[in-house]
Amino acid sequence: MDKKVLIADDEQNIVISLEFLMKREGYQVEVANDGEEAVRRIRASRPDLVLLDVMMPKKSGFEVCQEIRSDPEMAGIRILMLTAKGRDTEVAKGLALGADAYMTKPFSTRELVDKVRSLLEH
Amino acid sequence: MQARTRFMLAVVVLFLLMTGPFLLTALIVWVETAGEAREMLVKVLSPHLTLGTLLTAMGFAAGVGVVRVLFRQYVQGLLRMSENLRLMLGANRGFRVQPEGPPEVQQLAVATNELASQRDVLLQDVEAQIGRAKASVELEKDRLAALMSELTQSVVVCNLDGRVLLYNNRARAQFRALSDAPGVAGGGELIGLGRSIYGVFERNLIAHALDTIQQRLRRGAAQAQANFVTTTRAGQLLRVQMAPVLSLAAPALVAAESTAVAAGSVTGVQQNAAAEGDGAGNAGGGAFPAAPEVAAAAVTSERTLTGFILMLDNITRNFETESRRDQMLHNLTEGNRASLANVRAAADMLEFEDLTDEMRTRFRKVVRDEVQAMSQRLDHTANEFADSLKARWPLEEMLGADLIAAAQRRIEARIGLPTKLEEVDESLWVKVDSFSLIQAITYLASRLSDEFEVREVRFRLSAAGRLVHLDLIWSGQAMSTETVMSWELEPMKIEDESSPLTVRDVVDRHDGEMWLEREKVRHRAFFRILLPAATPQEQAEAETYLRGESRPEYYDFDLFAWSEKSHELDDRLLSELSYTVFDTETTGLNPSQGDEIIQVGATRILNGKLLRAESFEQLVDPERPLAPESAKIHGITSEMLRGQPTIDKVLPAFHAFAADTVLIAHNAAFDMRFLQLKEEQTGLRFDHPVIDTLLLSAVVHPNQESHRLEAIAERLGLTIVGRHTALGDAIVTAEVFLKLIPLLAEKGIRTLRDAREAAEKTYYARVKY
Repeated sequence: MDKKVLIADDEQNIVISLEFLMKREGYQVEVANDGEEAVRRIRASRPDLVLLDVMMPKKSGFEVCQEIRSDPEMAGIRILMLTAKGRDTEVAKGLALGADAYMTKPFSTRELVDKVRSLLEH
Repeated sequence: MQARTRFMLAVVVLFLLMTGPFLLTALIVWVETAGEAREMLVKVLSPHLTLGTLLTAMGFAAGVGVVRVLFRQYVQGLLRMSENLRLMLGANRGFRVQPEGPPEVQQLAVATNELASQRDVLLQDVEAQIGRAKASVELEKDRLAALMSELTQSVVVCNLDGRVLLYNNRARAQFRALSDAPGVAGGGELIGLGRSIYGVFERNLIAHALDTIQQRLRRGAAQAQANFVTTTRAGQLLRVQMAPVLSLAAPALVAAESTAVAAGSVTGVQQNAAAEGDGAGNAGGGAFPAAPEVAAAAVTSERTLTGFILMLDNITRNFETESRRDQMLHNLTEGNRASLANVRAAADMLEFEDLTDEMRTRFRKVVRDEVQAMSQRLDHTANEFADSLKARWPLEEMLGADLIAAAQRRIEARIGLPTKLEEVDESLWVKVDSFSLIQAITYLASRLSDEFEVREVRFRLSAAGRLVHLDLIWSGQAMSTETVMSWELEPMKIEDESSPLTVRDVVDRHDGEMWLEREKVRHRAFFRILLPAATPQEQAEAETYLRGESRPEYYDFDLFAWSEKSHELDDRLLSELSYTVFDTETTGLNPSQGDEIIQVGATRILNGKLLRAESFEQLVDPERPLAPESAKIHGITSEMLRGQPTIDKVLPAFHAFAADTVLIAHNAAFDMRFLQLKEEQTGLRFDHPVIDTLLLSAVVHPNQESHRLEAIAERLGLTIVGRHTALGDAIVTAEVFLKLIPLLAEKGIRTLRDAREAAEKTYYARVKY
């Protein structure tokens, strides 16, 4: 069965690349443009992995992450956080709140694909 | 026994000595002879008896003469001399004993005179030394004052009650900017000698800083200073550095040091200033080369905190610049990071061979758009960024365990919530703004206690690379993410104490993070605050401190001994109270019929000195027409009042100006009536103790007819300038009052209570007639 990936980011210019990339890797792709939409879509379609941007309107990536992690039914969902902030305090916070991995922008798409793949294999 | 009695006694003894043996012999001869022999004896002696008696009488007279001479010379002469000596001892130090009488007495006189001369030389020497010492103290004070007025930083020195003892021009200018009503009192209501610094800073803030300093002193830290940043009521941002004023408990030590200190006084001050300026504490070896052992002793002896120095920087503008710069930096880094990510991803995509043309166009467009956006951001930043200033929230380095101990004390004291420690790494140092951070922790604890009925909180401190984890732990349920968000983002409020800051602001200030974590197994939860770690402070600094120890000598002001708390105002001497002397000009004489204040003038008296420089003068728009004929009295026309502030703007400033003082006015009842009629409108009560110079003048000179201000001033020999402006009259009133103080003291009226009671009596006496 195809794995499902949700891309939660408000920047269309990255979404277009991520969407293309994930589809090319053979995943089913869904897109959310803000935090609230992300939570809604995650609850509705239970993706296997979420590419979660930290800075989003309505709800930040941290909040989305915390909300998902507080629901035991969604414990299996992998979360890969993406951020444009390079601060290590933020990385620490993201991981503490339950993200499985963290990537700082700009990242290499190859590494991203590797990371997604390894997260989905486990 | 009196000299005369002794003389009489001596004469009697002389008489007995001269006649006694002869009479005794005669008596024995008389008794031993009998019958004829006795008759024979009488017959032989009788004709010679007269001669014998005569000779004896003459001998006695000569004897008395000798005794008298001796008595005059040795007894009366010495008595006279002792009186003269007493004169020399006190009333007339220049007097010398005239050597007279027998040589022994003369020698005594000469020796005494020599002693007296020696004493005079010594006395003169002591006086000269005192004079020199005074002059050098004055010189030091002048130097200090000159130095302070040159400083570009504003400096305020306070005693432990928070009373201002010393401030410089710069501070005055700065406080003007802080005033709520800068146009009205020119900041004079905020700063002035003897005023309370708590009018500007929150009491807690100062107390906390003092606490930090005490703690450091106890640990023997090299630089016992505290920093904080605060916002004032007028919304200004101040960076404050606090340094302690210390004095040594042992007076002998102070005396021993004073010579060494006097020698290097200027260098000492400059070194201290420099050390404070860059925080490096690099005071050179000049101040204490001669007496290292004295300095060492000084450190081991108990140093007591007698006051504190505040160095203020208004960083409002810096901070605005800084915020703008942060914003730009943020745009530049994060904005470009995002753009770069987009470009990089798109570029990666373009490498795939299997792209459709449509997709390829779209990716190219992404690259073009993002690159263009980045160029724009760069240009924008380059333009804006040219003038950047370095001004950050000053974080201070402190021992993590100290921070937690302070937080524990505060939580227990403020909200009565028990606290415990759990795995606190004692070796960790943090870089924090301790006041706001402790406020934030206390705030979180208070909400836990109020809303989740938490009974106890625990602290944990652990290292995490260049960061430190500070955990606030409690047992029981954890709240929802939304609740945590609202706690983070609402302005902090603990009981009656509120802050414009939020927990998020505080955490951001430390460039840190905060979140909620759950320990499901132990059924607990905790807030984790990430703070920057600091490298442990070197203890080697202690040596620099020894050399910089000379500072307390420069603040040898008696004012440090002055503590208002120790006295009830009523029992304070009139000569040592602080006063606001004021006068008002009005549209007329009947406040109840709508007459209004058009000018308020006031000046201050502190420790018996008139502080002309700290005065208050303000025209007031009466919001009603002004009778043209009244201008003849006060010279104020309606044109002058146009555009002036109204009374509800002026009275608050005047109220602040008069805070904590005794009010003085001439015919005070009149002025007070105008002020009191405004109480409802402004919500300000003028419930200060009030002294009326008119009544006091009547106490001092009950038989004089006129107690008008001019008449009193003339009687007391004061020249009047600038009468009938509010400030002019206030100054004359103040001078009159200062002259009245000694005259009242002659009548036994010394304290505020005495003055009030005497004034009441006169008042009723005057009313009666």
